[in-house]
Amino acid sequence: MNTELFGIVALFVATVALAVPFGKYIAKGYGGEKTLLDPVFGPLEKGFYRLSGIRPSVEMNWKQHLFALLTINMVWFFLGMFVLMNQGWLPLNPDGNPSQSPDLAFNTTISFVVNCNLQHYSGESGMSYLGQLFLMFLQFVTAGTGMAAAAVVIIAIKERTTDKLGNFYDLFVKSCTRILLPVSFAIALILLANGTPMTFNGKDTMYTMQGDTVQISTGPVAAFVPIKHVGTNGGGFFGANSAHPLENPTYATNMTEMFGQMIIPIAMIFALGYYVKRRRLSWMIFGVMTLGFLLLTVPTIITELHGNPKIAQMGVDMSSGAMEGKETRFGTTASAFWSIATTVISTGSINSMHDSFMPVSGLTQMLSMMTNAFYGGAGAGILNFYIFIILAVFISGLMVGRTPEFMGKKIEAREMKIAMIVALLHPLLILAATALGVSMPELTAGTLNNPGFHGFSEMLYEYTSSAANNGSGFEGLGDNTPWWNISCGIVLILSRFIPIIGPVAIAGILASKKHVPESAGTLQTDTGTFGIMVFAVIVIITALSFFPALTLGPIAEYFSMQ
Amino acid sequence: MKAQNTSLFQGDLVREALAQSFVKLNPRIMFRNPVMFTVWIGTFVMLIVNIWVIAGEKSQGSMVYNLVIFLILLLTLLFANFAEAIAEARGKAQANSLRKTREETPAKWIQAVGEMYVNEVKIVPSSQLRKGHIFLCETGDIIPTDGEIIEGLATIDESAITGESAPVIREAGGDKSSVTGGTKVLSDRIKVKVTTEPGESFLDKMIALVEGASRQKTPNEIALTILLAGFTLVFIIVCITLKPFGDFANTPITIAAFISLFVCLIPTTIGGLLSAIGIAGMDRALRANVITKSGKAVETAGDIDTLLLDKTGTITIGNRKATNFWPTRGVDKSYFIKAAALSSIADETPEGKSIIELADLHSDQLRVENPTFIEFTAETRSSGVNFLDTRIRKGASDAIRKLSEKAGNAFPMDIAEKVRDISSNGGTPLVVAENEVVIGVIELQDIIKPGIQERFERLRKMGVKTVMVTGDNPLTAKFIAEKAGVDDYIAEAKPEDKMNYIKAEQQKGKLVAMMGDGTNDAPALAQADVGVAMNSGTQAAKEAGNMVDLDNDPTKLIEIVEIGKQLLMTRGTLTTFSIANDVAKYFAIVPALFIASIPALQGLNIMRLHTPESAILSAIIFNAVIIPLLIPLALKGVAYKPIGASALLRRNLLIYGLGGVLVPFVGIKAIDLLVSVWF
Repeated sequence: MNTELFGIVALFVATVALAVPFGKYIAKGYGGEKTLLDPVFGPLEKGFYRLSGIRPSVEMNWKQHLFALLTINMVWFFLGMFVLMNQGWLPLNPDGNPSQSPDLAFNTTISFVVNCNLQHYSGESGMSYLGQLFLMFLQFVTAGTGMAAAAVVIIAIKERTTDKLGNFYDLFVKSCTRILLPVSFAIALILLANGTPMTFNGKDTMYTMQGDTVQISTGPVAAFVPIKHVGTNGGGFFGANSAHPLENPTYATNMTEMFGQMIIPIAMIFALGYYVKRRRLSWMIFGVMTLGFLLLTVPTIITELHGNPKIAQMGVDMSSGAMEGKETRFGTTASAFWSIATTVISTGSINSMHDSFMPVSGLTQMLSMMTNAFYGGAGAGILNFYIFIILAVFISGLMVGRTPEFMGKKIEAREMKIAMIVALLHPLLILAATALGVSMPELTAGTLNNPGFHGFSEMLYEYTSSAANNGSGFEGLGDNTPWWNISCGIVLILSRFIPIIGPVAIAGILASKKHVPESAGTLQTDTGTFGIMVFAVIVIITALSFFPALTLGPIAEYFSMQ
Repeated sequence: MKAQNTSLFQGDLVREALAQSFVKLNPRIMFRNPVMFTVWIGTFVMLIVNIWVIAGEKSQGSMVYNLVIFLILLLTLLFANFAEAIAEARGKAQANSLRKTREETPAKWIQAVGEMYVNEVKIVPSSQLRKGHIFLCETGDIIPTDGEIIEGLATIDESAITGESAPVIREAGGDKSSVTGGTKVLSDRIKVKVTTEPGESFLDKMIALVEGASRQKTPNEIALTILLAGFTLVFIIVCITLKPFGDFANTPITIAAFISLFVCLIPTTIGGLLSAIGIAGMDRALRANVITKSGKAVETAGDIDTLLLDKTGTITIGNRKATNFWPTRGVDKSYFIKAAALSSIADETPEGKSIIELADLHSDQLRVENPTFIEFTAETRSSGVNFLDTRIRKGASDAIRKLSEKAGNAFPMDIAEKVRDISSNGGTPLVVAENEVVIGVIELQDIIKPGIQERFERLRKMGVKTVMVTGDNPLTAKFIAEKAGVDDYIAEAKPEDKMNYIKAEQQKGKLVAMMGDGTNDAPALAQADVGVAMNSGTQAAKEAGNMVDLDNDPTKLIEIVEIGKQLLMTRGTLTTFSIANDVAKYFAIVPALFIASIPALQGLNIMRLHTPESAILSAIIFNAVIIPLLIPLALKGVAYKPIGASALLRRNLLIYGLGGVLVPFVGIKAIDLLVSVWF
């Protein structure tokens, strides 16, 4: 095996090996059991609750959970709008960057509040340090929001009849303090050791060999970058994101950041199994997700390693793969792997330019976001996957001759309605928004970097990234226009909160239903067969709804290159 | 009734269904089925397109091509309607054969004068009888409607309903007081009170159910319709957004191609067959001679976790039979046999008769002078005979023990031991005493129905727990339960024990089915999730349950569970098949849409279909013909195999999932070869 390939395989294996015990730790945390970090964070949390007057031991039903969740998100939104629109005169702005326009501030705030981090600005020139710090805060709390929502679902899945599903603030604060903070801290230390800057002094000056002086943007980068990955946010400190040499200086930091974005989504799967005492269920979910992940990753790596046939025809050596838009310090394999990891997991940070990838890779990157359930974002992955489980349980439950049930709870019309709305939303938002975009060339045509199929892919990618709360871009699109800012902003809000409300509501309704004990006739949901069923449902729903659109984008591009 | 038609498509039913297929094209009827209604709209749009093309429009392809698309869409609708219509027709035919028995029969109405009933009868047509009316039936009369005997006793021929030719006895009071309209009085005379309004008997309700008019969607059907509507919505979005996408890529797409793509992608197969599957489920129950009050009851039957079965008649054949005579030490066996037989001469119970049978003595040997027969009373708990100065008694061991010990005689050790042995082997000991001296014990045994163990094994594999209900003592009950292979038993059961057991199971979240006939079963029947009342049972029992078994066959519950499972499975598998079909249809239609303007996409045409037109036609022809091809499966139901849920899922996923992906590739390619002759 060549070293590049060995690097990513080793990384993946190590991540999974760490995710299993970490999942157990997360489950213990949510379950209120004693954990290692209690002495550190216990007093901190207590102080916080005393200050805010929250009683974390009061259990909530699913509606109260959602109310709390939506309320604090709204507060963050207004705070964010204020900071970004006034950062020009607010403190911590050594580079003198301007305040954002209302539509850009709207898009930026929304995209950070919904854990997407679609960035229609460049950090170097478009954000003050106060703005960056506030965004960093959002990266913590929005990841915490997603994880708390997933925790509510996990608590609700446990086999019993109840409407008491824990306290939202308790779950939310624990997600931030016990899970996100320690991991981010550890990663920050590695980044610092590898040369990532951590300063409030503003631009640095560099003298080049030619004797020129160059102004280099710096800032509190080492604090910002870890949570960008650990919280599966993906919003970069600099415009070039993790392709920027100060955000991601070395191969080692590259691996660390990849680990950072994969650890929580995978650990959450195992947390579910530990919490509901069904470890096999975790392995089923992990198996399905990994199968999907591999089916997307392997073709991408192969295509990128083969390089561009059109360039090869011109006599250019393609032995190191398609290197356009990639960093030499990471290489083809690690970049291809990253591009799928970041789209599958809804991080959306990039270490290479997705716009420059081969058509097949563009296809797999978009498919990753269209499925949006193979690992998925912190917490959001579990929530999305839960919907697919419900749909799969419904069809396969019938196939074994029983009215469908999941974990001892009957799935009926009301739950199906919610599940279908959530499942429908994703294709609706992506396809309808893209359709609007292409039908208004006066607003969009000028922003495209390429004509034809690739131009279509750029638009499709932008809305897919928004709807998947991913945040990466096919960076050819000139997206800082009112049209893109506002249309993406709307897609972002809908595609963040409806897929949170839906699963929490379903889980809450199911939790209050009568528990039906298992019998030999009950469909087992922790088996390989059921895993295949879930996988088929995911593939059919996503592939079937996006196939025609993809045909006019990357697929047509691929065949045109043959 | 028992004679069933094996053919699914009888000529007259098909003719009726064909006519109904057109009637059901009425949009107001189509609206009930969201999936097929969208096809209806598509067909209507194609009609307009055809007129447009005839008027001279050139951009929409040839006239013939558009016309063919329109006709195939129309055919798709007709096929779906036909599926529903044929299922209804079959149900109706079945119900009609029942209804025939109760057409206008003359009734002897006893009119009330104030509070008094005069014994004068007025002959009226049965349709004029109302609930609460009293009518008279005498030898040879056909009972005009359902009712309850309030006076008298009669032998009745119920073969018209049950197919059972042996007459049954019905009498006022007790659990056998109910009579059914259409049956015939063979002897004696009864007064009957009408219990249902005309048109409201179970049969009438059933007929209305299968006729579809009053058929309400079951909860599971509603949930499935939501799923299918969801899929339909997804494809509406896909097709509508494809228009601007196509324009962006400079690829004009004809309206016919849009509608074909849409109709192919939405789950028309299951959408068209869904209501047929539901009706066929009730129809299958009816064919098993079970009348269901709602489709939901059949569905619930598939979910049953616990089955309460009466021991007698279900698990064991009839009643206990004498199998052995055990004299005490010092008593001659033939002497004991004679004494035992003598004690049972007047015993009309099945047990008593079986003792005479086993003794196999000539009637001369049993002749004694001036016998006085002592009947069984709850107090003495023994029966017997007195003649000359001999007193023979037989009864439960503790009753006889009391009797002999009271007279100062010891209960023999060897008999006490034998009694224990018999009990622990599931038998019932009857101790016999002569002049208050114990002389031996008769062993009675239950005969377990042959093949019942296999049926319980099958139920166990389905995940259904079986519970035997018996009046026997716990020791006997345990033995029989083990021998028959039931999972649990309720011994010395009183009616309220059944009720309590059901409630306890339901508390644990389980669904319980039971069968009963007596009035004292009514509360339990109502409490059970599936309560099957026997047709011979009381009106109260029939009102309380949600199914009525016309055959009075206690093992019917097992069949009902399978029918319920089949119903759900058929829905699940056809949904899977329908959605899996889309993969191949995509590969047929999507390249066809774009190939003209993007020739490179020929690479996506993996089936190598001839032209874009032939590809689209092949896909929608396949989409249409698959519906009638699957009608037999929808009506018969997918076979249920008790092999465990996971194995079953694997099997069905392989057949209907993988099959659903592969079959249309073959089918569409084959149709394309044919169609390419013209297009």
